[in-house]
Amino acid sequence: MKILVTVKRVSDPEAKLKIKPDGSWIQTEGVKFVVNPFDEIAVEEALRIKEKQTGEVVVVSIGEKVVTEQMRAALAMGADRGIFVNYTGSYDSYDVANILQKVVEQEKPDIIILGKQAVDDDMGAAGFMLAELLGYPQAAFASKVEISDDKKKAKVTREIDGGLEVKEVELPCVITADLRLNTPRYASLPNIMKAKQKPVKEVTVDALGAAVKPRVTVKKLTEPPKRKGGVKVESVQDLVTKLKNEAKVI
Amino acid sequence: MSKEAVTKPIGGGFLLEPTSAKDIFVPEEFTEEQLSFADTADDFMEKEVIPLQDAMEEHDKKIELNTKLMKKAGELGLLMIEIPEEFGGLGMNLSTALRVSEAIAKSGAFAGSILAHNGIGTLPIVYFGNEEQKKKYLPKLASGEMIAAYALTETGYGSDALSAKTKAVLSKDGKYYVLNGEKQFITNAGFADVFIVYAKIDGEKFTAFIVERKFEGLSTGKEESKMGIKGSSTRPVVLSDVKVPVENVLGEIGKGHQSALGVLDIGRLKLGVASTGGSKEVIKQVAQYTNQRIQFGQPISSFGMIRRKLADMMIKVYASESMSYRTSGMIDNAVHALDHNAPDYSKKAAKIFEDYDIEASIMKVYGSEILGFVVDEGVQSLGGYGYIEEYKVARAYRDARINRIFEGTNEVNRLLIPGAIAKKSMKGELDFMGKFSEISAEAESGKVNKKPEPGFLGVEKLATDIAKKLTVYTTGVAVQKYMAALMDRAFQFGRGEYIFEQLANMIIDVYAMDSVVTRTLKLKNMKGEPAVEIPVLLTRALVYETLNRTTLTARQVLGDVAEDNAAEFAGYEKALSGLALTYPLNVSGIKDKIAQHIIEKESYSL
Repeated sequence: MKILVTVKRVSDPEAKLKIKPDGSWIQTEGVKFVVNPFDEIAVEEALRIKEKQTGEVVVVSIGEKVVTEQMRAALAMGADRGIFVNYTGSYDSYDVANILQKVVEQEKPDIIILGKQAVDDDMGAAGFMLAELLGYPQAAFASKVEISDDKKKAKVTREIDGGLEVKEVELPCVITADLRLNTPRYASLPNIMKAKQKPVKEVTVDALGAAVKPRVTVKKLTEPPKRKGGVKVESVQDLVTKLKNEAKVI
Repeated sequence: MSKEAVTKPIGGGFLLEPTSAKDIFVPEEFTEEQLSFADTADDFMEKEVIPLQDAMEEHDKKIELNTKLMKKAGELGLLMIEIPEEFGGLGMNLSTALRVSEAIAKSGAFAGSILAHNGIGTLPIVYFGNEEQKKKYLPKLASGEMIAAYALTETGYGSDALSAKTKAVLSKDGKYYVLNGEKQFITNAGFADVFIVYAKIDGEKFTAFIVERKFEGLSTGKEESKMGIKGSSTRPVVLSDVKVPVENVLGEIGKGHQSALGVLDIGRLKLGVASTGGSKEVIKQVAQYTNQRIQFGQPISSFGMIRRKLADMMIKVYASESMSYRTSGMIDNAVHALDHNAPDYSKKAAKIFEDYDIEASIMKVYGSEILGFVVDEGVQSLGGYGYIEEYKVARAYRDARINRIFEGTNEVNRLLIPGAIAKKSMKGELDFMGKFSEISAEAESGKVNKKPEPGFLGVEKLATDIAKKLTVYTTGVAVQKYMAALMDRAFQFGRGEYIFEQLANMIIDVYAMDSVVTRTLKLKNMKGEPAVEIPVLLTRALVYETLNRTTLTARQVLGDVAEDNAAEFAGYEKALSGLALTYPLNVSGIKDKIAQHIIEKESYSL
């Protein structure tokens, strides 16, 4: 069984981010970058499926050369090989889906697992778009994945408001990983060393034949407004007056 | 790290010669792989160890949890870094081991368990074991199947460890030694499987032995109730007629001091860098807290005295980090140049660690004392909450205290620093007295260069040079005056110590200045000037304050040496004014900028 997993490079969710003065993006100087935590869960799930079924886990990353650092992290967890789509420039979720579609057409995996969203821009759209482009069934926000004995179907449990939904999808399919799907393993030190030797194929968007033309662009980032200090009111009457005249909420 | 031939810096050489930025290793040169190792260690500590910290302090769970976590650390490869590949390890260099130790230092107690195993527990076998011993023990120590401990200290013999009383007597059939004695304060004693025990054969020949827990007659005493690192196991180890097979003699008979002290140098470097790691964690907590805590209508991180504390913490940590990795880089270069297939490779490698004993002692003292400073100011920054166990900084405060005591007290290490310089001078490895004459002549002629070269960190380069001269001059004066008295035990341990302590402080300070200036220079060459704004501020503040302190200490030592003889002091004073450098700097303004950076990032980040 061949499983394709996506790995996106994102800023460390714990880092204190600052926005560039022109508001175009965050300041990346001195910021630590990590594997998108949901993608890490996706990699873990792919490895678990592989360990039960035998097969191959292929990771794919898109971006500038630096994204291979995060790809190596996935290889160090145990993925077998990588595909690095070298692309410098801006792209939106639909572009990502387009690029992935081409990779899928070449690789023909049985299952494609993506993190349900990337924690940097929180778009959460590429998985759906990819399934649509491929015409594959999809099961988003998976909290449990079971592959049928004949390896033709996947039973996917999803967390929905107030309960669980169990879906069955035929393979090949697209699955997106939710937070409680699993706890990703650590990359052991020997595996980090082995990851260096694992093959990573570099391809360009052109060579894949994917069209990249962002339909969505980031216009501006702004920081949330700073919280202002509160004031103490003298009496209930005072409070009502302020709510009426200053806050204008009553 | 670059593998090109570099000019070979020698241990202690920083004091006499200018350091070239291109020759030093800086942590910014770590490879992706080395950083991934540290990430794994970091994740492991954060997710597996920190949540168990409280439970590990409970007496009945301590051993079980330590054992479980050590196994897990073993599975992740955190115990195999320095063990050669042919014995189941990764065979990585010291800098890698240091970087991982820094990450592990998040939890004082468990860091103690891991570092004792990886360092003083395992390394004696790596460097002094024979082929059979390595084959038998190292793969198991690498995987965590066996845990090691180091048993040197005894009740009456701490700093004076080589006088230990534990005895070993060869059996009549010559097959084993019978060990009797009691070792004190042994880290990991509660769960270790292998102990490196030091004993005197026939009460004379100080020798190392590999003693397994299962050997009959070995038992451990009661867990000590400690001030800090309560989650680690510390017990006495009692040896009563323990039969240790002769093949378990480690290294040469009568030369136990080689492994006993050689691995301590590595241990000291690791302790130094672990203090850096622990300090960074506290900086993060203090920055977060002081940003949130509102008093008088504004966050307390906007108050000058709190900002000064944060800035001082970062300045010291930058120095400690620069010094640690510079030292490991020098050692790695020297080890790298050895023929790894030569039969005496391990012994030669161990000798290299000894060559850098001055730097190792410096790192032990500097690292543990900056950690002491950081946790103390950390508690203070949190005010009343800092004193409450609910906040992590209280534990960090308790855990930090041991660092100034174990792996050789800071007093012993301070003695070792000028002592090692004297030894190296006598052996001709360092031309200390030659340099002293040169500097004295220069100082008296009033021709000392006090004009900084223009450009990047010109003043700081000059200031470092001046601090070196002040230190060599002061040390030289003291050595000349007390040459004869140095042989006298009463002087050595008495009045001498007052002087040695101050000289050690000067030498430590010089190493800090030198390492910080060269690192920042190198960073500028690597990344360009705009990217090193913060390192430059840290460097300027550190160099300015340290030079002032060095100048003051020099004057005090020379006063002590003159022994109230005004005419003698006048001579020293003349040289001193020939050497001393002062320059104006708005150091508070610099610290305020550093503090602003920390409170924006809420972490130690360059």
